[in-house]
Amino acid sequence: MLLTLCLVVPLATFVVSFAVRRNADLQRSVSIAGSALLLLASLALGAQVVANGPVAAQMGGWPAPFGITLVADLLSAAMVVITGIIALAVSVYGLGDVDRDAERLGHHTLLHALLLGVTGAFLAGDLFNLYVWFEVMVIASFGLLGLGSRGDQIDGTVKYVALNLIATLAFLSGVGLLYGATGTLNMADLHQVVPTLENPVIVLTTAAMFLFAFGAKAALFPVFFWLPASYHTPSVTVSAVFAALLTKVGVYALIRVFTLVYDASTLPLIQNLLLWSASLTMLTGVLGAAAQNDIRRILSFHIISQIGYMILGLAVFTPLALVGAIFYILHHIVVKANLFLVGGVVRKLTGSEELGHIGGLWARTPWLGVLFLIPALSLAGIPPLSGFWAKLVIVKASLDAAYYIPAFLALLVGLLTVFSMSKIWLEAFWKPHPQPDAAATMTLSRAERWSLLTPIVALALITVAIGLIAGPFYGVSVVAAEQLLDPHAYVGAVLGENR
Amino acid sequence: MEIALSILVGIVVTCGAYLMLSGNMVRFLFGLALLSNAANLVIFAAGRLTYGAPPLIAPGEAGPLETVANALPQALILTAIVIGFGLLAFTLVLVHRANRSLGTVEGDAMRLAEPDEGAR
Repeated sequence: MLLTLCLVVPLATFVVSFAVRRNADLQRSVSIAGSALLLLASLALGAQVVANGPVAAQMGGWPAPFGITLVADLLSAAMVVITGIIALAVSVYGLGDVDRDAERLGHHTLLHALLLGVTGAFLAGDLFNLYVWFEVMVIASFGLLGLGSRGDQIDGTVKYVALNLIATLAFLSGVGLLYGATGTLNMADLHQVVPTLENPVIVLTTAAMFLFAFGAKAALFPVFFWLPASYHTPSVTVSAVFAALLTKVGVYALIRVFTLVYDASTLPLIQNLLLWSASLTMLTGVLGAAAQNDIRRILSFHIISQIGYMILGLAVFTPLALVGAIFYILHHIVVKANLFLVGGVVRKLTGSEELGHIGGLWARTPWLGVLFLIPALSLAGIPPLSGFWAKLVIVKASLDAAYYIPAFLALLVGLLTVFSMSKIWLEAFWKPHPQPDAAATMTLSRAERWSLLTPIVALALITVAIGLIAGPFYGVSVVAAEQLLDPHAYVGAVLGENR
Repeated sequence: MEIALSILVGIVVTCGAYLMLSGNMVRFLFGLALLSNAANLVIFAAGRLTYGAPPLIAPGEAGPLETVANALPQALILTAIVIGFGLLAFTLVLVHRANRSLGTVEGDAMRLAEPDEGAR
């Protein structure tokens, strides 16, 4: 019931916001109400999963593995909750950020289509539906990215579309081949069937297809080029929701497929690919960021580098490492979205995102400096903020498993992240604005202040809370990781008596 | 029959990849169309090619009496075709739009979002 509700809410918001597209005020209210309802539904789902373990629902009454299954274990539920949080934050932020033209062209409608796809991907119980939800998400993101059709947006969209479609086709082919080998696509069913496959070629081929497809969605090295080409071109609101959710759907799919469908520890080739790809993702992302001089382009490269940490957690594949990966995802979504949102306020107050053209914010708005430092230091892993615990667990898990080089890279990349963040700090906040008179005229109106700063403050509070009261969040990650490594309850919830 | 189809898929993927690597977005589109058809053929071949009867169950029976074709791969392909067609149409419009606003369909010449650092 709650599972369907988490999909019905964004679907209904999508439809209603399209129906009322001629009334901008009404459409905004619908969008915010839809996001708030999504958050409530996801919290209810989360509470149910925490209390009772994994839940599943069979659509249309067809029993698994024949019908369409929606299923939520703790990882899925946590991802849906965090999607709800981000949805509400960006819909409020969008009030002050998204221009009227973009709203008229369907910003709200596409945003909720995107949320529908993301939520669906987290709750899908079989691979083909995962593919369909991916497509829902991807087509909505194409629309959001190109909304307004400025030259650089079109340029970014072309590259984003091209590389995403190739990944999608690899995913589809993998699904087809795996179906041919096993006769099922239900992930709980595959968990039982795949280990019995006698032909190692088909197992490895399909696993590699999924690794490539989800790796490209997650922006893993060496298939991340679409991300820095496009993420800085749309409105800040759209950038923030992309940065928070899209790559994480890829990471989620990798974690799901390589714990439930395949056991990554039985596929040494895949595990090694994940490990080295994760290490190089961390390093190339942070080095790419060091070369940039535009706030959103720096942050985009940092998404890539952070994805490396999550995948490193998956690649190490010990219980502690998976705990780290899950904790990392939860912390990262909040922090990354917040940094983009702060970047948008910086642009509004200084007129640009190009570091050479801005400055003087610390003297004018010290509160914004604090709001920037909280997510920035958390991203770099400074205690006691959330990123510290995330990095600590990942590094400790890598050291425990004797993966010394990746652990060393993880620490080095943390240091280089401080470098990038201090670059933004020094240029945007510390140094004087090159044209102080022009900058002094740029202020936030009262309405803008409310809509832009409320989500930033809320997300910063969540970051601080995850850092100071890490226990409960860590506990959720531990249980989620246990459910991943022993999917007994997940399989039971899906297949029920047929088991 | 599966062998013939597999070879066909190989040829289609080769042509698609060749077109996609040309750097011209229009050719890339044609390559994409070929590749998405190849993916559909993969599902079709992986679902086994049988000279089976339609998967219909006679009245009063609990299951089909003779060997029937597997309908599931066909359902998957149908879904994939619809999605693929939508995406292809979108990409076509996007490339057309790119040609109008950027004045080029050559991937290497599209540098608005990521300006050439050396040219600054």
